[in-house]
Amino acid sequence: MGSRPAQFAAYAGLWALLIASAILAISFGPADIAPAEIWSSIFHHLGLLPDSPVAPLRDAIVWQLRLPRVLAALGIGAGLALAGTVMQVLTRNPLADPYLLGLSSGAALGAVIFLLLGAALLMPLGAFLGSLAALALALLIAKLLGGATPSRAILAGICIAALASAATSLLIFWSATGDSYREILSWLLGSLSGTLWSDAALVGLGLLLCAPIILMSGRGLDAFAFGESAAASLGIDIVRLRWTLLAATALLTGIMVAIGGAIGFVGLVVPHAVRLAVGSRHRVLLPMTMLVGAIFMLWTDTAARTLFDPRELPVGIVTALIGAPAFLLILLRYRRVT
Amino acid sequence: MSGLVASGIRVTAGGRAILDGVGFSAAPGEVTGLIGPNGAGKSTLIAALQGFRDLAGGNVHFDDRDLLAIRPAERARFCASVEQFASTTERLTVRDVVALGRLPFQSTWQSQPSAEDEAITDACLTDLGLAGFAPRLYHTLSGGEQQRVQIARALAQQPRLLLLDEPTSHLDIQAQLLALDLLQRRARAGCTIVIALHDLNLAARYCDRLVVLKSGQVAADGPPSAVLDAGLLARVYGVEASVLRLPDSPYPIVVYDRAKSD
Repeated sequence: MGSRPAQFAAYAGLWALLIASAILAISFGPADIAPAEIWSSIFHHLGLLPDSPVAPLRDAIVWQLRLPRVLAALGIGAGLALAGTVMQVLTRNPLADPYLLGLSSGAALGAVIFLLLGAALLMPLGAFLGSLAALALALLIAKLLGGATPSRAILAGICIAALASAATSLLIFWSATGDSYREILSWLLGSLSGTLWSDAALVGLGLLLCAPIILMSGRGLDAFAFGESAAASLGIDIVRLRWTLLAATALLTGIMVAIGGAIGFVGLVVPHAVRLAVGSRHRVLLPMTMLVGAIFMLWTDTAARTLFDPRELPVGIVTALIGAPAFLLILLRYRRVT
Repeated sequence: MSGLVASGIRVTAGGRAILDGVGFSAAPGEVTGLIGPNGAGKSTLIAALQGFRDLAGGNVHFDDRDLLAIRPAERARFCASVEQFASTTERLTVRDVVALGRLPFQSTWQSQPSAEDEAITDACLTDLGLAGFAPRLYHTLSGGEQQRVQIARALAQQPRLLLLDEPTSHLDIQAQLLALDLLQRRARAGCTIVIALHDLNLAARYCDRLVVLKSGQVAADGPPSAVLDAGLLARVYGVEASVLRLPDSPYPIVVYDRAKSD
């Protein structure tokens, strides 16, 4: 995908697919709602259509229930895919992913601690601190093992994830009862059930804060292809770039986990698929990955929400069902390279 | 003075000096060769010249400016380097890799290379005989082909100072001659080139000046015909060898006899 017209067509196609997917996803569910009603409802609430022809109940399903969830899914997918791409470059590890390196578990632990301390509103902050701590710990362990090679980083991640998950489970076991217990467990597996407008807004805010920082680092990420000294000799301030991007990635992961729970493998599967199609030039790869990640997350969440209706599957189970086999494929592919 | 001047370079690792007071200069218009046995410190010196190793002492100047004090972004616009090994897990075509050489000249928000960048990238691909390879994926190439791509990438930076660490070790002899000939022409056009080489005959053929390293120190420094002799080869490399002159060639030729037994 070298030529500009081809890139433009790909962007236009992905945006069209994203909007069409969003409308379709809103129409799916226990109550079937026609796309025309969805548009009417959205336009009405945006003040573009004074008298809505949609019945109040159906309007509420669109505006209060499904739209915020769809928007949150799109944002979380874009964010996790972006975070995964950055981590793969910075750790020079094709298997890096916020979930596999233990960031998601760290974020979940941080969020649960803040929740149990009674600071539910500060959960995203807890998640950010948790993911930052997990990331620092993963890099430290890898360094103690003698350098951040792919296998060492993954082993460090497994260790951190296991520890953080155990601590989280222990905290929940101690303090939560009955319904809240089940609710928290479902969120831990990754679930967008009960997403509110405030959740969608927080996801949007997280993307707005972090995505520009990452997108404007495309040059630097390109230069990282052959390692740190090669990047430095291409004029990249590697220390600054690394810390800026790691902080942005931890914040992004923290916010996404605070809203959607520990949804795994999106950051692994999506960047690899997009890389196969467009290559590793990050000024193309990063925006494409965001779009594809958004669409991927939306459909996996829609499947999680509707497949076993009326019961809802945590979306993390769906992404893991797709992601774990993909992880194996990637392992086999890079067996020769690493 | 113009060109590269390094003096008193000292690099230590684990309490041991890898480089111990290395000083040399490399003039623009010339190819300066770094030679010496394995572990003499050639790669460390090339890294140290760019600030990739912490110096325990010494300094590096280029055109009278402290090279290590210049911001990386500015330095990359006049100084390029080629590492001994360069592998990647990224999916990059040969053209993508050569185009990396234009990154230092692009702004943060620039989404596409400029027409000038494209033209320079194409010219460098052609110079190294890589035009037909442009769409191939870098990680599928042989070691020698990858080295040619990295040389092309470095030349795409249009450097005034070019540092190369055994850039031709995996090339076949024709490709080595082509690459070294190209580098020599770049030097004649005003570039300062420092190149670590293993092959003494190629070093004698293409370098204007040789800096011989042994155990982290400069053992000899001068034009190849003055530096290369049987005594130096015995002292530095531990080999018995003869240095011959052909009547119609200005270059000394090293003919090896055997490794010294002691």
